[in-house]
Amino acid sequence: MSRRDDTGLVCVGLVKSYSGVTVLKSVDFGVRPGTVVGLIGENGAGKSTLSSVITGVVRPDSGEMTLDGRHYAPSTPSEALREGVVLIHQEIRLLPDLSVAENIFLGRLPHRRGRVDRDQMRRDAEEVLSSLGVAIDPRRLVRGLSMAMQQEIEIAKALSRQPRYVVFDEPSASLGETETEHVLDRIRALRERGVGVVYISHRLDEVRTVSDEIVCLRDGARVADWSEAGVAKESLVNAMVGREFTYEHVPPKPSRDEVVLEVRGLGRRGAFADISFSVAAGEVLGIAGLVGAGRTEVVRAIAGVDRPDAGEVIVEGARLPTSGPRAAIRAGVVMVPEDRKGQGLNLDRSASANLTLPWERELATGGVVTQRLLRRVGDEQRARLDIRGDMSLPVQSMSGGNQQKVLIGKWLIKDPKVLIVDEPTRGVDVGAKMAIYEIIRTLAEQGMAVIVVSSELEEVLGLSHRVLVMSGGRQRGILSRFEATPQRVMELAVASDRPETPTLGSTTDSPTAATTAGR
Amino acid sequence: MATTNRTGSESTARQRPTSPTARPSEAVAGQDRRVLAVALRAFRAMPGPLLGLIVVVVVLSFLSPYFFTQRNLTNIVSQNADIGIMAVGAALVILIGGIDLSVGSTLALSLMSSAWLFRQHGLPFTVCVVAGLVIGALVGLVNGVLSTYGRIQPFVATLATMSACAGLALYLTDGNPINGFPGWYLALTSNSVAGIPLQAIILVAVYLVAAFWLNFRPSGRALYAVGGNAEVARLSGLNVTRIKIAVYVFAGLLAALAGVIVGSRLDSAQPTAGTADLLNVIAVVVIGGASLSGGSGGMLNTFIGLLIIGVLNNGMSLLNVSPNLQPVVIGIAIIVAVLTDRGSRSRFLA
Repeated sequence: MSRRDDTGLVCVGLVKSYSGVTVLKSVDFGVRPGTVVGLIGENGAGKSTLSSVITGVVRPDSGEMTLDGRHYAPSTPSEALREGVVLIHQEIRLLPDLSVAENIFLGRLPHRRGRVDRDQMRRDAEEVLSSLGVAIDPRRLVRGLSMAMQQEIEIAKALSRQPRYVVFDEPSASLGETETEHVLDRIRALRERGVGVVYISHRLDEVRTVSDEIVCLRDGARVADWSEAGVAKESLVNAMVGREFTYEHVPPKPSRDEVVLEVRGLGRRGAFADISFSVAAGEVLGIAGLVGAGRTEVVRAIAGVDRPDAGEVIVEGARLPTSGPRAAIRAGVVMVPEDRKGQGLNLDRSASANLTLPWERELATGGVVTQRLLRRVGDEQRARLDIRGDMSLPVQSMSGGNQQKVLIGKWLIKDPKVLIVDEPTRGVDVGAKMAIYEIIRTLAEQGMAVIVVSSELEEVLGLSHRVLVMSGGRQRGILSRFEATPQRVMELAVASDRPETPTLGSTTDSPTAATTAGR
Repeated sequence: MATTNRTGSESTARQRPTSPTARPSEAVAGQDRRVLAVALRAFRAMPGPLLGLIVVVVVLSFLSPYFFTQRNLTNIVSQNADIGIMAVGAALVILIGGIDLSVGSTLALSLMSSAWLFRQHGLPFTVCVVAGLVIGALVGLVNGVLSTYGRIQPFVATLATMSACAGLALYLTDGNPINGFPGWYLALTSNSVAGIPLQAIILVAVYLVAAFWLNFRPSGRALYAVGGNAEVARLSGLNVTRIKIAVYVFAGLLAALAGVIVGSRLDSAQPTAGTADLLNVIAVVVIGGASLSGGSGGMLNTFIGLLIIGVLNNGMSLLNVSPNLQPVVIGIAIIVAVLTDRGSRSRFLA
């Protein structure tokens, strides 16, 4: 969008990079008062970064913004707020032990003679809530309210500041169909009042119905926009994924026949339901889906980290006990978790000590773990996975790629039957990325059953024999390598339940969701 | 813990040594610069607590002629045996990111239980001692279960057991001490082997066993993993709950063992014994460089922390510093230890 006129929030040539990676590449963007602009794009396309720049959460490296013709460069969210620009977050961030009214006016409680003016606060809260059509006592605590109600309060909180521009960052991610409809109604009401709205969502149907204009980002650049009504969903999908693949296709060797892992009707209330698939020896199964589709939750349940409440996991014919990670590891099912720092590695300990951690009982000779043993194991894995760095130093001292190799190596010390890798290359540089792909391929060729979960579409498609696509906690289909075009995967990934199907997400309201079959 | 007021058969530090010891300053004279540089580098590589200990020892050696004598030094170790043994348990608990406030009261309860069983029920004294150790372990078990299955923060859970144990210890005899134990029991703290007091040997043995366990046994090494990041440990297949409970049980058992030594040393079971030791015990662990957020610390450093506390208290008594001022110095030592430790750590990571 160029500077056609001065009204509205206008961004020109925004650039932002994080540690060498450019996530916004000279993006132009604008929203006029009284309009809704839908912002779509794949995971990591730069949507959230753009909304963070607009609302002062991060500062752009270069580029300019104007607000109704005036220079606008917020350096903090509160500065943006003063200019009338608010962000409504993806996650709900209310304080459960404060009242609804206190949450709405947090940080600016009305006061009189040095004391909080509770009557004033209640009246103001009632006013903004009733303008939204929300019937709730502003004096009650937030704790125990449904997700949908909490989302309404988030919106009320934003609106109580009388904003002129509102950015919704995936407000429907945790909401069901009917609750989402409420949110869309709010957005329409805001538009009536002359507010400019930016609406970010993975749910293309919602974006299509509510937006006056749709902008698509891909790899940090604006690649397409539509301002006419009734845009075909296919053209949105194509714009989101329509890029050349940047990795070289190395077709994986065909897998063998014997099934190693079988998952039957696995479900966990509030997270996912009715997941069934199998993985053969030597096969790589990819799990694709947009953020919040339930991919990580599924593999965590398989690896025994979370306890599923429906279905079963069968490894080489034997049912996997659900008593915890230990049982799964014993049965040969291991997982490289997505959160390397929080769940994968002990950063203060040496790389060698991290490698041996799950296996010390088995490795110890005469019940003793010696420095020599640690050095031997460390050297073995360093040679096998080409880890660069001193294995006796805290693993913190290594680069992200080498840390990830250590984390993978930790699970290869006793050859597992099933290797699950969640986000294999998150926070890893390009060189190490290729090395990790190579490791995964080699392991599969050696007969391991591998599951790869990734938010990067090309990563899943490039590595896998078959791709399971999820959305909204449901399995939407399993595509063979040849069927799995980016367009086909994205179509399944943005699929949503029909209204008659109970929605997941709203965990507190629909206990039956987990047991109902998806389609 | 003041080093004075200790009764027992040992000679106190006040007895004057007859042989003059070599002055440390003589050695430095006439050394050339290169040796000094090497020494300086070794100095830098040294762990902070050890450095602190050396500084304190050197300074006190100059300030008091009685300080740097073999008798005084062995006294320091044996007089702090009870605190030192409790500190092993406390260090393990702190290593896994917990805290045990009940150590002192556990000592009192287990000691009083042993004495009470011996006096009131006439059980053989060996049986009574074992029963006391079991009671200590049981208190630890309660702490462990409350802070894992009960999901009560360890600070709160052990605060509760601290109060309960202190009360029970008093209740058993209505607050009265019990005196008069078998001779072999008293010998535990009055005898020496090859010139080294038996209680010092017990103390060092406990540290060696704990150090070996922590560094070489899979179950001991697991404590670092649990303290460093419990979720990583769980996902690696460790039974975090069981490990945590076991550590609290060890801490209770060691507190009871410390009680055995205190009873022997005083030839009396006092219902309030040990209850004043809690802060000293935690100070030992913290001065030894452990972080209360868990994942760091070790037995060597804890032992050095014990020596620093012991040497400081002993030195201040020798120098006739008012007993009321001694805790102030310990407080300063804690702050200095933590500040210098942070400095060395950031240097390492840079």
